[in-house]
Amino acid sequence: MAWFKRTDKGIKTSTEEKKDAPDGLWFKTPKGNIIHTRELKNNSYVCPDDDYHVKIGSKEYFEILFDNNEFKELDTKMVSGDPLKFVDSKPYTTRIEQTINKAELNDAVRTAVGKMNGFELVVACMDFSFIGGSMGSVVGEKIARAIDHSLKHKIPFLMISKSGGARMMEAGFSLMQMAKTSAKLALLDKAGIPYISLLTDPTTGGVTASYAMLGDFNIAEPGALIGFAGPRVIRETIGKDLPKGFQSSEFVLEHGFLDFIIDRRQLKNRLTTLLKLLNN
Amino acid sequence: MLLEFEKPIADLELKLQEMKDLAKGRNIDLATDIQSLEEKIQSLKKETFQNLTRWQRVQLSRHADRPYSLDYIYEITNDFIELHGDRTVKDDKAMIGGLGDIEGRSVMFIGQQKGRNTKQRQERNFGMANPEGYRKALRLMKMAEKFGKPIVTLIDTPGAFPGLEAEERGQGEAIAKNLREMFMLKVPVICIIIGEGASGGALGIAIGDKVYMLENTWYSVISPESCSSILWRSWDYKEQAAEALKLTAIDMQKNGLIDGIIEEPLGGAHRDMKGMAKILKKTILEALKDLEKIKPEKRIEQRIDKFCSMGVFVE
Repeated sequence: MAWFKRTDKGIKTSTEEKKDAPDGLWFKTPKGNIIHTRELKNNSYVCPDDDYHVKIGSKEYFEILFDNNEFKELDTKMVSGDPLKFVDSKPYTTRIEQTINKAELNDAVRTAVGKMNGFELVVACMDFSFIGGSMGSVVGEKIARAIDHSLKHKIPFLMISKSGGARMMEAGFSLMQMAKTSAKLALLDKAGIPYISLLTDPTTGGVTASYAMLGDFNIAEPGALIGFAGPRVIRETIGKDLPKGFQSSEFVLEHGFLDFIIDRRQLKNRLTTLLKLLNN
Repeated sequence: MLLEFEKPIADLELKLQEMKDLAKGRNIDLATDIQSLEEKIQSLKKETFQNLTRWQRVQLSRHADRPYSLDYIYEITNDFIELHGDRTVKDDKAMIGGLGDIEGRSVMFIGQQKGRNTKQRQERNFGMANPEGYRKALRLMKMAEKFGKPIVTLIDTPGAFPGLEAEERGQGEAIAKNLREMFMLKVPVICIIIGEGASGGALGIAIGDKVYMLENTWYSVISPESCSSILWRSWDYKEQAAEALKLTAIDMQKNGLIDGIIEEPLGGAHRDMKGMAKILKKTILEALKDLEKIKPEKRIEQRIDKFCSMGVFVE
């Protein structure tokens, strides 16, 4: 026998009166652990149960790195042109406009200068939510100018990469951003100013084949996908399944292309120690 | 092997040959007919090759008879000594290099190499270099710098090899390092796209004071086929992709992404390798003459400024 008896039949709450549980209050990790978003934020967006590093963007990285979240952002107004009048399923200009509105970002990188535990630092951080963090003219130019800022003021440069690679809709222009950023890094290298490259999930394609791999220190977050060619392309080329852990941060470290892997919760302090060691 | 749009020309050429044989065999005077047919062939060639679509140029860049790096190098130089190995892992046969001379002037040649038949194609890995190929190229460039020799790179690749070992040995790092190091080379660097210029695999040896493309080549961030498969989720849109990517020499020059176009003999480089080599030689010698007037520091500065000015954005 039921404990309660329904007197009226059916659900009578009108749509307007329905109460939704607020979205985004809870986060479910790939392993199925559920965690409150506030707790996640306080833990540098790393799940306490399984150390899973949630994909975050420039807003979160700046918050984690800069003292009191204080920084001066550079080139905030720069947006993409459409040199090739590129059209696939929709015109590139439409895609850009829609993405700007949706992602609330002007392009796939933000650059800023501020203090990290008192050390001045220029940071360029990519946003995957903007067309897969793809590198077009704006990304190349903003990184180039951030490096110029480092050069002019003799401040170390930190690049946080998170990108599927070059932006196809800018074709040849996009390719040349690899050259442009590498040219600036050559100057930074010559000037003896430290460059730290942090690779996060994922860092592939033209980004890996240019600035992401050119750090004096190449470091990565745990479990990130890092590679030149994407796993699907490699699988199709060699016609074999890829070994477990292939192209993970740990794999790349093991093969000698990373200096160390860093847990995001220790990022700020480890970078500070590194800069201290370079300064003393 | 003939491409679809080459067939009408080949048909006429066959007819011409028949006519010539006939005239000779039966001793008939067909001089006027032969001449008019020759003129017709010439005008058809001109018409065809002046109105090539972007995709047709991509096809020409991959033509089975197209000359490859070593074909040109042996044709251009009097002496050529090929140099092997990256001194770390192995000798990558998809990337070749060595010292040669053009009219008595020593030059370091570096280039991707494709194979002519199945066996060679496998040996050359279809012109797709592994990290050791890019490291071999860098070793030879540094050697050229040490001995004060100019560098000529010939680019012809469908991309850097996407393989398991390539990733293990740092394909991305190898290319990235070449980009950075090539900017600082104290000797003149001339880069010429002679066939396919696919993405980072091409750029990895294409940072130069002068970057040229042969008329029937392509250079972009991705091949039309891969672009089609990613953006249209099918391999069938390669022609549209080629159009959208604006990947021909004309496009790239218009967009200020290369320094010049090198004209090919009528009908394409594969119809006249020696003619093409002659034009290449002339272009290289002229560029060297210009570049050697500039002081090394200035040349480096100009090289950096040129690439840093590439990009279109709004502020």
